Amino acid sequence: MGLQAYIEQRKQDKDLLVMAHVVCGYPSFEANMQALEIMADAGVDLVELQFPFSEPSADGPLFVKANEQSLKSGTTVDQCFKFMKQASERFPFKILMMGYYNTAFIMGEDVFVKRLKDAGGVGYILPDLPVEESANLHRLSEEAGIEPIILMTPTSSDKRLAQLGASSRGMVYVVARRGVTGSKTNMGDDVIALIKRCRQHTTVPLGVGFGISSKADLDVLRGSADLAIVGTAALKIWEASGASGLKIFFKDLMA
Amino acid sequence: MDIFDFSNGREGYYGEYGGVFLPEILHATIEELLGCFRECKADPKFWQDYVALLQNYSGRPTPITHLENLSTQLGGAQIYVKRDDLNHTGSHKINNVMGQGLLCQRLGKRRVIAETGAGQHGFATATMAAKFGYDCKIYMGEVDVARQRPNVFWMENLGAEVIAVEDGQKTLKDAVNACMRDWVTNMADTHYILGTACGPHPFPEMVSWFQSIIGMEAREQMLKQAGKLPDRVYACVGGGSNAMGIFQGFFDDENVELIGCEAGGQGVGSYMHSARLAYDDASVGVAQGYKTYFLQNDQGNMNETYSVAAGLDYIGVNPIFSYLWEQGKVRFEAATDNEVKEALKLTMRTEGLIPALESTHAFVTAIAEAPTMGRDEIILINQSGRGDKDIFTIADALDDAKWKSFIGGKADQYRGEER
Repeated sequence: MGLQAYIEQRKQDKDLLVMAHVVCGYPSFEANMQALEIMADAGVDLVELQFPFSEPSADGPLFVKANEQSLKSGTTVDQCFKFMKQASERFPFKILMMGYYNTAFIMGEDVFVKRLKDAGGVGYILPDLPVEESANLHRLSEEAGIEPIILMTPTSSDKRLAQLGASSRGMVYVVARRGVTGSKTNMGDDVIALIKRCRQHTTVPLGVGFGISSKADLDVLRGSADLAIVGTAALKIWEASGASGLKIFFKDLMA
Repeated sequence: MDIFDFSNGREGYYGEYGGVFLPEILHATIEELLGCFRECKADPKFWQDYVALLQNYSGRPTPITHLENLSTQLGGAQIYVKRDDLNHTGSHKINNVMGQGLLCQRLGKRRVIAETGAGQHGFATATMAAKFGYDCKIYMGEVDVARQRPNVFWMENLGAEVIAVEDGQKTLKDAVNACMRDWVTNMADTHYILGTACGPHPFPEMVSWFQSIIGMEAREQMLKQAGKLPDRVYACVGGGSNAMGIFQGFFDDENVELIGCEAGGQGVGSYMHSARLAYDDASVGVAQGYKTYFLQNDQGNMNETYSVAAGLDYIGVNPIFSYLWEQGKVRFEAATDNEVKEALKLTMRTEGLIPALESTHAFVTAIAEAPTMGRDEIILINQSGRGDKDIFTIADALDDAKWKSFIGGKADQYRGEER
């Protein structure tokens, strides 16, 4: 089943799906697996596995540190794909690769798509790869049944949104605000208006991310977005209070 | 040759190098910048204002000096030096910064940010911001802040805020990432003054355009002073802006050979260097907004780089050079730290010139090749920066005992005052 169909099916029982995030190898793959178990138990619908990169220029301080520490402890792309395979076989949620374009470029776009598919991934988010540079990768992805996740942002003009919408498949990642990952977003009318603008330019489901950290944020999105994307907030909890804290966090979030 | 004519190719590409690889949130900002830059480039008045500003503020045109003593001693080609070290703030960096300062006025933005490695670009940017009245924040790796205090001192006293970047290797590339993060947040009122001919389009073209003033002047000066064009032109290459600057003056002169000199650090096979094209250790990748040769591993993660010259200590090279190197238009060589120290001593003693450690890399290759050339042949070196401002680094590099004792005494004095 494709990503879009999966999201639509899950949405028959829920008004808002949740996508969570882990940075592969940080603090360790064992800890990643534990976090994924908690996410699966809480009913998380999608997970993005971030492949660490040495220059994560779209990420905020916490993910920057996570990328750096993971690489320092020796995390390789092979390990990330292996972990993805284990996770995709074990858990009911679908998995996306998240990372920077150089990771895919260096191994070759065709190899990247094949390895992602073999590992059970359904798509990828490469925030530093604009649509202008994606033609070949998108073609290879389509042939393999893998979805490239397009990002729409508050600074995108209507003309640009139309262009992005035309390339969108699977789902669109709506960036709720300017800035990098991890800072608080004031979830309100601006975000809802942005979602409405994006909706005019694509028919695929919309996930909203950047700065989403609580059930209150999810309540704002309910009825407007299809998915809420929770990244830094969960890692922050893990750092502060480990597995037990994360359990409570997701339980409260998805109550 | 117009390398910036994209009508038959992809905008912002030089062969397969360059492009724009940025988060979608910056798309509109880059479009706005590109539009503004195109207007400026098409407007002769803009260039006139730019040249006038550099004449009145920075002392352009910088002269060309014939190194008669060194030429005689080496017994080969006649060596001439383009003196961009005589600019205000001590290097060619001011050319680009003043140009982008003018452009920023047209953009209507009131805040500027910049990355800096050795601190020369940060120093120049802080100077420009003070003159134009912009708010200014400089990102600098924590390691560089620690080893380049004099430049930090000037930046802060010129009114800029200096942020010590604690991520990654805590050097230039990490300062670039920090600028990107600031820019994706504050693009509405902020212009990013990138310091070299790297990064996403239009930066390589824009920085090259502002720096082309070096080569325009140099070509004319050589014809006037030496009576003919140089046979070879040497420039150091970190990001590549001073080299692009001087080389552009000779792109159409088929008999002028262009030589880029990279930082060989501890030499071939040491993996302690910043030579992307002269050595075999780099491969094509995408990072920091553009595609070029990077010093990276097989996973696509960047390797540590090293050089005695902080301004050359960088993972990637100007995408235009990746292309021109492949086309055989520019030859690349590397100079090791030890060779740089020797060439610096020689230049100081024979000519009374103190090139920056960065610029001295170009001297190394020129000095090595001059004796193999005829006495009627001519070499031109771009002295992109001056070394006297680098007194701490150079004294370290030369391991000067009297200097160390002086600093020890100074430290004792400050400690005494603290008590």
